[in-house]
Amino acid sequence: MPINYYIFLAVALFCIGVAGVLTRRNAIIIFMCVELMLNAVNLLLVAFSKMHLHDLASANPAAGIDGQLFVFFIMVVAAAEVSVGLAIIVMMYRNTHSTDVNFLNRLKH
Amino acid sequence: MNAIILSAIWGIVMMFSGVFVSGKRTIRTIAILGLLLLFLANCLDLGGGFRVHIDVHRMLYFDTFGLLANSVIFGSTLVFVMLSGRDMENVGINLAEYFALIFFVLCGVALVTTFNTLLMLFLGIEIISIPLYILTGSDKRNLKGNEASLKYFLMGAFSTGLMLLGIAFLYGASQNGSLFIDEMAIGKAPISPLFISGLLLLLVSMSFKVSAAPFHFWTPDVYDGAPTVFTSFMATIVKSALFIGFIRLFDEGFGRVHDRWQLFVAIITAATLFIGNLTAVFQQSVKRMLAYSSIAQAGFMLMAILSINGIARDGIILYITAYSAATIGIFAVLIRMKDYTFEGFSGLAKHHPVLAATTTIFLLSLAGIPLTAGFFAKYYMLAAVVSTGKYLWLVIFAVLCAAISVYYYFRLIQAMYFKEGDRQELDEGPGFRILLILLAAVIVVLGIAPHLVTDPVHSLIYLW
Repeated sequence: MPINYYIFLAVALFCIGVAGVLTRRNAIIIFMCVELMLNAVNLLLVAFSKMHLHDLASANPAAGIDGQLFVFFIMVVAAAEVSVGLAIIVMMYRNTHSTDVNFLNRLKH
Repeated sequence: MNAIILSAIWGIVMMFSGVFVSGKRTIRTIAILGLLLLFLANCLDLGGGFRVHIDVHRMLYFDTFGLLANSVIFGSTLVFVMLSGRDMENVGINLAEYFALIFFVLCGVALVTTFNTLLMLFLGIEIISIPLYILTGSDKRNLKGNEASLKYFLMGAFSTGLMLLGIAFLYGASQNGSLFIDEMAIGKAPISPLFISGLLLLLVSMSFKVSAAPFHFWTPDVYDGAPTVFTSFMATIVKSALFIGFIRLFDEGFGRVHDRWQLFVAIITAATLFIGNLTAVFQQSVKRMLAYSSIAQAGFMLMAILSINGIARDGIILYITAYSAATIGIFAVLIRMKDYTFEGFSGLAKHHPVLAATTTIFLLSLAGIPLTAGFFAKYYMLAAVVSTGKYLWLVIFAVLCAAISVYYYFRLIQAMYFKEGDRQELDEGPGFRILLILLAAVIVVLGIAPHLVTDPVHSLIYLW
């Protein structure tokens, strides 16, 4: 399958994530949309990794391994971000009893 | 390598010291000791006395530029903790954990200043960001702090997403399937659209991280809402490190195709200078004014990225030194004030002459008045842009914006010296005063002899 299909799919997923971040008002849903963006990137990296392996396998049997490694790092970092992010949202909820980001406008005097 | 290992280990040491050590004074001493060791270890790395050798497969590249930037950043962290370490006790009860997070941030800093692959850039930036989200929200009962933390977190995660998409595009566009920044633009006759879109996404996400306009909107809110001690840390140390990473990426990675992106950076620079300076004029709170001033100063630092050349590399080291020293000094005084508005500073010169005099020197340096380090820092940036031969309009525009900045910096000096105010009890010990005077002395010395910082960039051999 040509690489273009994968690029279109990943970019479409990514754009859904961006649209969600920009339009949704609930902090948890915004957070889920960020995760969607990260997973779109993971998909793209794996597709590119396979593409590089296909192109370069004769010269270098380990070609394209970098992309797959990168995906693992993204997963780990995303997990670390989730733990911190959910803690922040819980802290916010304890104080305001809401996860609505419209509360955030209070900072702008 | 020394700095990366030591900062990670000392972060864990600080975490355990929170369990086993009860005295706050002791915890602070351990942190200062750790920072001293970190600074010395990095200097040994720089001078070649002692280096831990680990085969990193070219993923990190320890050149003089990165290591020198490390030294400056660790040095300013040391000054920051010595000046403001006591104020961290007022934020919450977890003093040791705050220090642990600061050491983890420094580990990320050491990665960002010496990365050679996009993977290390990503990891470094995340290792910097995640502890910062926690530090921003460390005052758990303060609603403003909560909001700042949530906002910072959502914006940070969003810009990380953009950065990752950019990295994925660059990975797809690279011909040998590698993520090394020095191999990215080699041997391509036609530059693919994939490469350009990856480059632009990285530019946007890095602009987000260093709060360049039009991606700056989170900065004033986050800097204003965070506990003032950590605002000082974020606005100086972290911003300096991100700029070093930014210039490294665009110099070594995209330097060969600079005609493709220079115009974008020029526009971002102009917008940052304009918005930062103009909005700072209208602020009533000194803390918020400093947040906008940090955006304005970022505009000047972006000029180093616009004109990637030798002068820019010297200049950015000098700039982060001058900017960090001055901003840490002002924040150290601001943290102890009861009232953060300009009126709160009224009459400070009469009752606390040392604080007012040193703050004046810091403000003059930020405004770029001659005989302070800030003057030469700005001079190097402008000279770097002039030497590219293009973008002279940007130089003129930057000088005009610097003139605007004089207004809001001098407004604070005017409040301190020419307005009457009540005496306020400030917690200023002799040690605090001596440190402030030393910091001001460093700024004046660098204003007379800037080569003290910039010379090592040339004189030391390239390592590794």
